[in-house]
Amino acid sequence: MARGVTPARLFLDGPATSYSTADLLRLRSDHAAARDAVHASLEIDDPALAPLVQEHGLFAVRTLATSLRQYLAYPHLGRALDETSRDTVSHLCPSDVDLQIVLGDGLSPRAVARYGPQIFDLLVATASRHGWSVGRPIYVSRCRVGIMNDIGDLVRPTAIVLLIGERPGLATAESMSAYLGYKPRSGHTDADRNLICNIHNKGVSCTEAAPRIFDLVRQLRTYGVGGISVKEAMPASHRPNIGAPPPA
Amino acid sequence: MKWTSTCGGEHFVFHSLKELMAKANEEKSGDALDGLGARSDRERVAAKLALSEVGLPTLLDEQLIDDGVTEAILARVDRPRFDQLLGFLTVGELREQILDEGFASRWEEDALHQLITPEIAAAVAKLMSDLDLVSGAAPLRVLTRCRSTVGGTGVLASRIQPNHPVDDPSGIALSVLDGLLFGCGDALIGVNPAVESVQKVRDTLQTLDQIIERLDLPTQGCVLAHVTTQLEALRQGAPIDLVFQSVAGTDAANTAFGISLALLEEAQEAVIAHHRDRHDRYIGDQVMYFETGQGSALTASANWGVDQLTCEARAQGVARLYDPFLVNSVVGFIGPEYLANQRQITRAGLEDHFTGKLMGLPMGCDVCYTNHVDADQNSNDDLLVLLASAGCTFVMGVPAGDDVMLNYQSTSYHDVATVRRLLQLRPTPEFEQWLAARGLWRHGQLVRAHSPALHFGELHALAVGPLT
Repeated sequence: MARGVTPARLFLDGPATSYSTADLLRLRSDHAAARDAVHASLEIDDPALAPLVQEHGLFAVRTLATSLRQYLAYPHLGRALDETSRDTVSHLCPSDVDLQIVLGDGLSPRAVARYGPQIFDLLVATASRHGWSVGRPIYVSRCRVGIMNDIGDLVRPTAIVLLIGERPGLATAESMSAYLGYKPRSGHTDADRNLICNIHNKGVSCTEAAPRIFDLVRQLRTYGVGGISVKEAMPASHRPNIGAPPPA
Repeated sequence: MKWTSTCGGEHFVFHSLKELMAKANEEKSGDALDGLGARSDRERVAAKLALSEVGLPTLLDEQLIDDGVTEAILARVDRPRFDQLLGFLTVGELREQILDEGFASRWEEDALHQLITPEIAAAVAKLMSDLDLVSGAAPLRVLTRCRSTVGGTGVLASRIQPNHPVDDPSGIALSVLDGLLFGCGDALIGVNPAVESVQKVRDTLQTLDQIIERLDLPTQGCVLAHVTTQLEALRQGAPIDLVFQSVAGTDAANTAFGISLALLEEAQEAVIAHHRDRHDRYIGDQVMYFETGQGSALTASANWGVDQLTCEARAQGVARLYDPFLVNSVVGFIGPEYLANQRQITRAGLEDHFTGKLMGLPMGCDVCYTNHVDADQNSNDDLLVLLASAGCTFVMGVPAGDDVMLNYQSTSYHDVATVRRLLQLRPTPEFEQWLAARGLWRHGQLVRAHSPALHFGELHALAVGPLT
C-alpha cells in the first residue's frame, strides 16, 4: 500500500518497538552502499559522458581539492578552480552566453553520470528552441556548489545551471541537484541561488526536472535576479509521478 | 586584554577573548578548518584553565562580535540584576553552581536564564565534561505552549518528519499515520519541503492541517520552507501553527540565510495575529520553530573568527528573541568539515542541548548524520540515549531513521518508542490522553498493536478517507 506512494520505509514490524533482524540489516546494507557512493569517482572518459564529450565538447577541469579527504574537510577548496583549469575554462568557453551548463561530481559522482547527460540534452533542446545561446559544457571534479561563482567570474554567462551529485541517502545513493544562478559572481551565496533537488528515478524524473529548471532560469532572466526572492510557480494540477520503491 | 596559563610545564598566551574561547573548545573539524582551534591538547587545557578564571562580567563587556545580533541580545539583559545574581562569579564557579544541588530551582525562580548570554553559556559548556552537560541540563525544564505543552518533567516529545521526495500528500499522510502508531508527533508534525514554491507549501500546510483537525490531534503542523515562502502562503490563506526558520549567530550569516531580525519579528507578529482568528485551537502564543547547527556561520564565512560552539549559542540567542515553541539543533546534518566523526557529533549534540536549556530554550535535537561523515546508526543510538537522559525536549521521528528527501539518517519512530520505554519517558500530557483514548497508550507504556493495520485503517479513514 505505502510502496506506491512513498519510498519511506513504513510499517516495519518487529519485536516490541525494535526492528526485525531483516529490516535492521537492510538498513545497514543500504548505508554501506551510500558510503561506497561517496568514495566512487567519475572521470571524463566514462562511457556515460561520451555523448557530451563527442557532440558538445564537454571537457574536464578540477578544483583545488586534490584528494577526497581534502575535498570533504575543506569545502572552500572545492569552490575554486585550480590555475590550469581557470586558463582552460577561459580559453575554451565562449563568454556572455545566455546559459552555461556545468556538471560536477559532488558527493555522488554516479548520480551525475546517470542523470546529468539526459538533463543536459533536454535543457539544450529547449534553450535552442527559445533562441538562447548555450555555452560549452564543463565537467568539474571534486566540485562544490560555490564553483558557480568562479565560473561566473570567468565566463560571465547570464545564467549557470550546475548539475551536481547530492550526498547519498539510504533510499538512493544516486540523487542529483540542479543549482541555478543568475549572473553568478564572487560573493554570491545560497541565498542568491535556486535549487531543484532529488533528481533521480524515485524522485523527480529527468523529464519533469528539465522543464522546471528551464522555467526557473526564464524567471531569473525576466526578473534579473536569482535566489530566495524567486519562487517556483507550479500549477495545482501538477502531480509528479513516483517510480517504483527501492527493491526489497 | 590577554590571558596566560600553564599546562604540562608549557606556558601559553591567549591574545584575545575570541582566541581563548576558541582554543578552550573540544576538538571540532570546523574550528580547525578556520584555523581557530587549539594546536595541541595542552594548549586546549591551558585555554580551559584560563577561561575558568574569567569573570562573567568580562563576557558581557568584551564583545566578540560587534553586530545587530549582539546588540539585540544585550538589550534584553537586565544589568543590575546580572551584577547582583551572577556578576561575582567566574566561568569555573558558574560550572560548579550549575552542577550543585538546588541550581535548577534558583535558575527558575530567579529567571537566571534571562541573564545567561550566549557567550556565557558557551564558555561554561567548554569547561564541562560530557556527563556534566547531561546532568547539568537534565533538571532545567522549559515549558512552552502552542496547541499543546512541551517540556514537562518526564516528557520526551517527538517531531514526526514525514518528508517525501516530491511532497506527495498521500505519501506524507502515510508516514504521519505510521508515526502516530508509535506515539510520535507530539512536538510537531514538520515537513521539509522538496519544492520551495508557495503553492506546494500551501498544499502541504493544508494536508497537515486536515490530518490534525480530523484526528483531533493535540499537536502543531509546520512546513519548513523559507520564512518568506511561509508568510506568502499565510497571506494566501494557508493555516500555520508554527512558523519555521533556520537561524545563525551573526547578522552576516543570517543575511546569507536570506533573513533579518526584523523579518523574524514580522513573521512572529503575522502568525500570532493569524492564531487570534482561530483562537479556539491554541493554548499558548509561542509560535516559532527554529533550527540551528554548529558550523552554519562558518559555511557563510560569517563567523568573524569566533568558534562554532559560541556561534551556535549566539544562534540560540537569536531564537530566544522570539519566544520560540521549539528550537532544534540539527547536529549532524552539516557534514564532516564541521563535525568530523561520531565523537565530535556527540559532543556538539550535548553542548547545543545544554547551552540552549541554560538560556531557557525548549531545546530539541535532530540526532543525525550524513553518509559522508565517519558515523553510523550505532553512534546515533548512543547520542539519543544520552540526550534523552539529559532531558532533551524533543527528538525526530523519521520512518526507519531514513529521510528519503534530505538524504541523511536521523532517529526513527522505533527509536523514540524504545528510548521512552527504556528511560520511562512519556509523550506530552495532551498527546498521552489522545493515545490512551485510542487504546495506543496504557499504564505509562505504548501499546504496540500487533495488528497495526486495524488502527491504521481507522486513522487513515478519518484523516484522508477510506483506503482503496
